[in-house]
Amino acid sequence: MKKFLTTLVAGAFAVVGGISATVADPVKVGFVYLTNPGDHGWTYAHEVARLEVNEHFGDKVETSYVENVPEGPDAARVIRELARQGNKIIFTTSFGYMDPTLKVSKEFPDVKFEHITGYKRSSNMATGNIRFYEGRYVQGVVAGMMTNSNKIGYIASFPIPEVIQGINAFALGMRSVNPDAEISIIWVNSWYDPVKEADAAKVHIAEGADILAQHTDSPAMLQTAEKAGVHGFGQSSDMKAFAPKAQLFSSVNNWGPYYISKIEQMMDGSWSTGEGPDHWAGNTWLGMADDYLVLTDFENMPADVKAAAEAAEAKIKGGYNIFTGPYSDNQGNVILKAGEAYHDGNLWNDMNYYVEGVNGKIPG
Amino acid sequence: MIEQLILTVIMTSIPLIFAASGELIAERSGVLNLGVEGMMLMGAVAAFAVAMGTGSPLLGMFAGAFAGALTAGIFAFFTLGLATNQVATGLALTIFGTGLSGLVGAPLVGQAIDGLAQVHLPLLADIPFLGTLLFQHDILAYLAVIMVALCAWVLSATRVGLILRAVGDNHESAHALGYSVLSVRLLAVIFGGMMAGLGGAYLPLVLTPHWAEGMTAGRGWIALALVVFASWRPWRVLGGALVFGGITIMQLAGQARGWTIPSQFLSMLPYLATIIVLVLISRNREFALANSPACLGRIFHAGK
Amino acid sequence: MISLIPRKDIPLALTVMTPIMAIAITLFVGAIIFATLGYDPLEALYQFFVAPVSRSDQIADLFVKACPLIIIASGLIFCYRANIWNIGAEGQLILGAVFSGYVALTFPGLPAWAMIPLMVIAGIFGGMLWAMIPALLKTRFNTNEILVSLMLTYVAALLIDWIVRGPWRDPMSFGFPLTKMYVDAALISRIELPGIGYLGQLHWGVVGALLLALCAWFVLDRMLVGFQVKVMGAAPRAGRFAGFSPTFVTFMVLGISGAAAGIAGMVEVSANIGQLQPEISFGYGFTAIIVAFLARLNPLAVIGAGLVVALAELGGDSAQITLGMPKVVTGVFKGILLFMLLAGETFNRFHVEIRPSRSSAAKSVEVQN
Repeated sequence: MKKFLTTLVAGAFAVVGGISATVADPVKVGFVYLTNPGDHGWTYAHEVARLEVNEHFGDKVETSYVENVPEGPDAARVIRELARQGNKIIFTTSFGYMDPTLKVSKEFPDVKFEHITGYKRSSNMATGNIRFYEGRYVQGVVAGMMTNSNKIGYIASFPIPEVIQGINAFALGMRSVNPDAEISIIWVNSWYDPVKEADAAKVHIAEGADILAQHTDSPAMLQTAEKAGVHGFGQSSDMKAFAPKAQLFSSVNNWGPYYISKIEQMMDGSWSTGEGPDHWAGNTWLGMADDYLVLTDFENMPADVKAAAEAAEAKIKGGYNIFTGPYSDNQGNVILKAGEAYHDGNLWNDMNYYVEGVNGKIPG
Repeated sequence: MIEQLILTVIMTSIPLIFAASGELIAERSGVLNLGVEGMMLMGAVAAFAVAMGTGSPLLGMFAGAFAGALTAGIFAFFTLGLATNQVATGLALTIFGTGLSGLVGAPLVGQAIDGLAQVHLPLLADIPFLGTLLFQHDILAYLAVIMVALCAWVLSATRVGLILRAVGDNHESAHALGYSVLSVRLLAVIFGGMMAGLGGAYLPLVLTPHWAEGMTAGRGWIALALVVFASWRPWRVLGGALVFGGITIMQLAGQARGWTIPSQFLSMLPYLATIIVLVLISRNREFALANSPACLGRIFHAGK
Repeated sequence: MISLIPRKDIPLALTVMTPIMAIAITLFVGAIIFATLGYDPLEALYQFFVAPVSRSDQIADLFVKACPLIIIASGLIFCYRANIWNIGAEGQLILGAVFSGYVALTFPGLPAWAMIPLMVIAGIFGGMLWAMIPALLKTRFNTNEILVSLMLTYVAALLIDWIVRGPWRDPMSFGFPLTKMYVDAALISRIELPGIGYLGQLHWGVVGALLLALCAWFVLDRMLVGFQVKVMGAAPRAGRFAGFSPTFVTFMVLGISGAAAGIAGMVEVSANIGQLQPEISFGYGFTAIIVAFLARLNPLAVIGAGLVVALAELGGDSAQITLGMPKVVTGVFKGILLFMLLAGETFNRFHVEIRPSRSSAAKSVEVQN
């Protein structure tokens, strides 16, 4: 699928190059945001990408966004209004917009919809996602080598596949270098609650963790780590400004290439929903190899750790499947034998366990 | 380990202590201000803006108090000056304060500051265990305790407290006795706003030294529950805030240790406990009168 | 020193004029704010108040947005008229949604004619159940209903959060906190107008909301129970002499407002969402309190007040889409609008005098609400 898309993207570039000579009204592109871009995390990353779109296309496109759209009936109304205002392609950037987007996509067959991180699609609604878990494997490698206490504190939002994938990838990376390290997880049941995230970070530190990771959006965890003199990883966007001494690196969601390629496909008529409705991961599900996920500089770590991190990054970019056996879940049940590996569908359907190295069990 | 957990509980309860003891004074004077969340956010954004602009978190602290008081002034103008309904006005104040703080704070997003420094009290800070817990805080944390003590003392042992309670318990009698009901309430509401502003300021100055829209995430509403939980007694606010904070942290620590109780049920406990407290104090009429402001939420105006 | 002198009789012209004046002042203040922020004030006001209702389907959507507010506020009016301060409609709404959701999810095979009525009944039951708690505690232990109903709102929010993440989560939802989708019979359908077809998202729940407001008016103004409610609110002593039971009235008004909020929860989920999720209300229960006050506790005026508040919401989205105005500006603007409308209410009922301070040797008057 990756190849398929790369070909598409390359094709799109060629065609758009040809078109750009003709002057026309700008193509309108709409974005729907869950919070405001000031969250430093998820929505901020989308906003950065939207600005890249503006930069890339200049006056050929006109983008607009609506922020703080709750995941409910209001979303459908906002998406519908964007479609009515003449937006030709609309990106809805949160899982909870899945059903509203689907509903509206059927009302506007001529408009393209791109829903981010969902699994439902229609003839004019595609899905997009980033392989966030790839960055977490590298985080795990770094954490495994950096920890002295062998305790890693992980702050998570909700037990959805994306988050579970991230936890397990982190653990596999960690255990690849350090078989004694363990992860404890605190679910804060929120994507964004700075004070609660800071509290969770303090609790982890009090429980002995010396490396923190997060799957929530605010920089509060890293700020807490900075103050306490421990290390951690940033999420969604570079959080170095908040924790210059504590941040080991951030996994940055780089939506720009995805947006740009999808808009170009829409302009030249090659836009499609990809390989059909029955694959799980999303029509577009790319990771570090395609720069959809970008790791910031490896900092605040010794040279050998840095070298290991770079090696892990290169290995994944080279096509290494993180979920390759042998490994067991944390109850000791063998999940994959040597030589077996997960395909994308497994990641969504079958990952209802923590791998070895993670304490506790998935809530709910 | 346990030391650090308790310390976390203490720190997470400080914004609640400020906001709730301020609201307590306002409620004791008979005014229910549901706009705590809005006032806290205004305090938070002002504190962060000034701390960043001047480089002095201490000035930020004053700015937070001032912004909270100013926001409360709007509430006072409408509910006391124009006798609008307190519940509706309070809700409007939260909408307004959330919006305005976001607007003012937009350019501040993405910036970080050095928060308030810790002040180690000489000698006391060196006591093992207790020293770390109690005497190695920032100035706002000490201030929170001082303010609680002040509120408790003023309410129970001074003439001002007597007048305040008289106004809250029966504004007609207080008026007949020649006290200016509205002036007393004005001061109480402004004080409440100042305290909410300080509580809000604690977030960007100490807990998470950055500004983010809506960063209080509902703590203003918890403060409202806390006042009732404390049955309008300042020292109980302090204890209650620790209980509320303790349950939050216990929930997080429990998870880190592998508990599997759904966190929602733990989170419900403070609210259910508040209802039970409320029933206990209201059951006995005399006890209720002694503890809760009878005129809470009722409008008073002097006219011909 | 501001002093308020109650008007003996309120001229109708004033009643009409005050909200208009309030809106006019808000527009003026809003224009200044917009200009300060660098937006063309006229364009901004246009986007706020005109653009969202410039097409028939948008007007229909305005009614859809106002629907839960109108339903809840129609019920709350009974409480507030009786001087009972239920501010927990948000929680009652959630319970209504959960109970009606129980029917929809547990008995998906129910025939279509039975499904919606049963869901409405379940919604009413859920909302009433939650409202009965403050009623019971108030009548039995003299507990403050403002605080109990507020606390129960937090509990309700946590309860639905647990339900959709835990026991009722759809096994096919990949761990996302959603229940199964309701079957078609459990969905409130959109209205198909003869010759026009569908108009925006207009659904039958909106018709129900308008009917409920009418019912509320009829009960409050034309029936004995309505009279009881008003007497107990305005002159409790007189009410007791007349033989009205305060306990009965307390249970009744809280029951009515809980039932209304429960219906709103059922309608909102069944017409607009189609499944339960952690957030279903987005503060309707609180906003409806403001709506009830803007309507001066008059059930018919609730319709207009609900529409005005809903318009401010839609206008915010419209200004965002076309002008890129941040959502927070909407909050500020909405706050000002509410302040002004509440103040307008005062100018309507009182003669407001600004006098040099301390000249008031006036005697105190207690006003209801």
